[in-house]
Amino acid sequence: MNSKLMTTPAIPQPSLSGASEPSALAGTKTPLLSVKDLSVAFRQGDEISEVVDKISFEIHRGETLALVGESGSGKSMTALSILKLLPYPMAFHPSGEVWFESENLLRFSQSQMQRIRGNRIGMIFQEPMTALNPLHTIEKQIGEVICQHRGIKLRQARPLILNLLAKVQIPNAESRLKSYPHELSGGQRQRIMIAMALANEPDILIADEPTTALDVTVQKEILQLLKKLQRDEELGLLLITHDLNVVKHMAQKVIVMQRGRAVETADCSLIFTKPAHEYTRKLLLGKPQGRPVEISSDTPELLSTKQLCVSFTTQKSVFGRPLKQFHAVKNANICIESGKTLGIVGESGSGKSTLALAILRLLKSTGEINFKGSLISEIRESNLRAMRKDFQVVFQDPFASLSPRMTAAEIIQEGLNVHSKLSAEERAQRVGDVMNEVGLEVSMQNRYPHEFSGGQRQRIAIARALILNPSLLILDEPTSALDKTVQVQVVDLLRNLQRHRHLTYIFISHDLQVVKALSHKIIVMKDGEIVEQGDAEQVLTRPREPYTQELMAASLG
Amino acid sequence: MNSLKQRLNPINQRRLGMFFSNPRAKWSLWIFLVLFTASLFSEFIANNKPVLVFYDGGIYSPILTSYSETTFGGDFETEADYSDEYVIELINEKGWAIWPPIPYSYDTHISGLEHPAPSPPTSKNWLGTDDQARDVVARVIYGFRISILFALTLTIGSCIVGVFVGAVQGYFGGKIDLVGQRFLEIWGGLPVLFLLIIMANIVTPSFWWLLAIMLLFNWTALVDVVRAEFLRGRNLDYVRAAKALGVPDNKIMARHILPNAMVATVTLVPFLLAGAVTTLTSLDFLGFGMPPGSPSLGELVAQGKGNLQAPWLALTAFTVLAALLTLLVFIGEGVRDAFDPRLVTR
Repeated sequence: MNSKLMTTPAIPQPSLSGASEPSALAGTKTPLLSVKDLSVAFRQGDEISEVVDKISFEIHRGETLALVGESGSGKSMTALSILKLLPYPMAFHPSGEVWFESENLLRFSQSQMQRIRGNRIGMIFQEPMTALNPLHTIEKQIGEVICQHRGIKLRQARPLILNLLAKVQIPNAESRLKSYPHELSGGQRQRIMIAMALANEPDILIADEPTTALDVTVQKEILQLLKKLQRDEELGLLLITHDLNVVKHMAQKVIVMQRGRAVETADCSLIFTKPAHEYTRKLLLGKPQGRPVEISSDTPELLSTKQLCVSFTTQKSVFGRPLKQFHAVKNANICIESGKTLGIVGESGSGKSTLALAILRLLKSTGEINFKGSLISEIRESNLRAMRKDFQVVFQDPFASLSPRMTAAEIIQEGLNVHSKLSAEERAQRVGDVMNEVGLEVSMQNRYPHEFSGGQRQRIAIARALILNPSLLILDEPTSALDKTVQVQVVDLLRNLQRHRHLTYIFISHDLQVVKALSHKIIVMKDGEIVEQGDAEQVLTRPREPYTQELMAASLG
Repeated sequence: MNSLKQRLNPINQRRLGMFFSNPRAKWSLWIFLVLFTASLFSEFIANNKPVLVFYDGGIYSPILTSYSETTFGGDFETEADYSDEYVIELINEKGWAIWPPIPYSYDTHISGLEHPAPSPPTSKNWLGTDDQARDVVARVIYGFRISILFALTLTIGSCIVGVFVGAVQGYFGGKIDLVGQRFLEIWGGLPVLFLLIIMANIVTPSFWWLLAIMLLFNWTALVDVVRAEFLRGRNLDYVRAAKALGVPDNKIMARHILPNAMVATVTLVPFLLAGAVTTLTSLDFLGFGMPPGSPSLGELVAQGKGNLQAPWLALTAFTVLAALLTLLVFIGEGVRDAFDPRLVTR
């Protein structure tokens, strides 16, 4: 990424002929938005790093263009620079033009841009919780956008707001006007975001990963809504996503980006049938496949819980007596045999991570936890410390789970320092061994976390857990923060480790494809309760409960 | 410098680089360090004793050891008074002496001034004398030193206590935090000045007494930021991972969360230093500070107020204080910016 402003080696640009065919309206007309040779670079001190390198595309009325790529490929930067929302002057454009209504937006001042933003070009962000102001009502937030650009009073804007809410299919729109963002579900919040983006009937809508933060069942609805709105209003839609499934359903044209460059530009149908670039093919294959590790069926039980409950007090009386409680996990009875993988699936807020933390005794819980025949729920924390080496955890976000101030070797050997008295050489030896095992080069051990990629960081986190030779490894969404191609590698690694070390996994994920590739048994959770549990085969192919059926249909379909 | 740079991790290397690329902060730091180091050797700059005496083939250093007058052939067994004409004559007979650039200490009463004290600046007394006929330059040099030393000790002390208390409150949370916060609120409401006045009646304030009393009320400054940092830190994934590894609490606090809290602490330190200088000065100005006769900038301010006909007193006090505080604030700004990840220079 730290390439100095190097000259671009000529990338073979696939011909654009026929690219605008799908939309009958486009074709001959001039494009709504035309981006030419757009580059984005950041400077920090004397260092200049280029994140987008001479990207060009056009969006016509009624057309959806998808920018696809893994994290760090520069797709969001491209979108943000169209609206000039980058942190200038830290960011700058070494080259490029953005033509909209025969004007070059890159030349516009910030105050001129305000006429465009939210008015002519709308934008939807990834995280609807943080993109809405938690202190204002829905009415005020949508109204603000309208009043700002049309110069009318909030009272006059009300029918318009109601109209918009109806458009994005919010039921009982009238009663929702006075709601605050936290009173709405994730899907509804994203609908509000869409309503805000559409408030002034823009020509172009930029959607930056509009469904990534949402649960699978909700994702589908939001995408359908976006598609319908785009058709009805004849919007030009710039869709940014890492998910090729989304692209398949939504886009007419696709640009595949890798490290700031457009490596392939083609029609949506062509991308999936005849991918021209090697990287595109790699992206298409990026789906965890294969079967869980074969193991003999009669292995002893390793861990079981009985009536495990976790609750948080949300309201207390003056004397500190709990009045209201939120039950994050209700009466969980789970059981896992040695050497197997237990998959826990469920949507966000279903209590799967809470259950994991409770089993690790990192959260207070009631009920029994049996591990290797001892009742660890009753052991005091100081006595438990020595036993902790036997059950370890890997967290979701590889960026947050490694201390930024320690080198890879220091992070990996931290557990050894606590649990064993080895000499420095023995420790270095063990660190080297485990780094090899997880597929890291030993020469990297003196680097700091920020010098590693996401996948490598997750390997460090796995190595840190493995160095203590645990028998149980709890994996809390270990692949969710990773790109698809990296996910595959991590799943393969986990499978190999299980085969060689006879590890027992508790694998938590919202992604059924990953769970399918690893799990022998599956638990489905909803609102803190275990809805269904059983053999992976049975749960995945013949789900009994309606909720499980719905989940399967939304994510595997 | 380079070897130090290499031992730091990349984040701190970048910060160091950022700090030294800010010319104002860099020069402020150098000037401050030079002045402070020089003031540590005040005895060799302003003193009423010679730095070295060559007498009868022997070398004497009156600043480091005390010699009786008889050593130089005088009459008394007591320590030689080097400002006495008679002693100077005795030394000059059989040798010579090297004097510091300012031949007065902070408590030297100069006799035989041309004007009544406070006397205006002359070639001998560069900034004049105060109302007790003591050289202002000498008093400023010693006062500067004592201000900085007091501020440094106070700041280091309050950092240690504040970080410790904040860390414990933030990390353990719950009841400990609740009790701690209520205590801090009550403690913060105590009238410090009145307590000092009462204390001054019971004990004679000395440097260490004053430091202890000020520390009692100053340590709270850092608790809040450190506590906030630890509250946030204890839920970080890598802290959870360390807990799951079985790392004991004290090690988690020291190794994983404290470095985060240090950013907030280090950023505040130069401003705490400036605050401590101001505190000591104002106490001295009010007369509840250092014991009478000791050199202090606050006392000089008070003298300036009491002798408006002698503007050199007030002007000197003002200039020295303003310069010192400005230097500290500039350094503080440099540190703050160096620790800000978002800021871009130019």
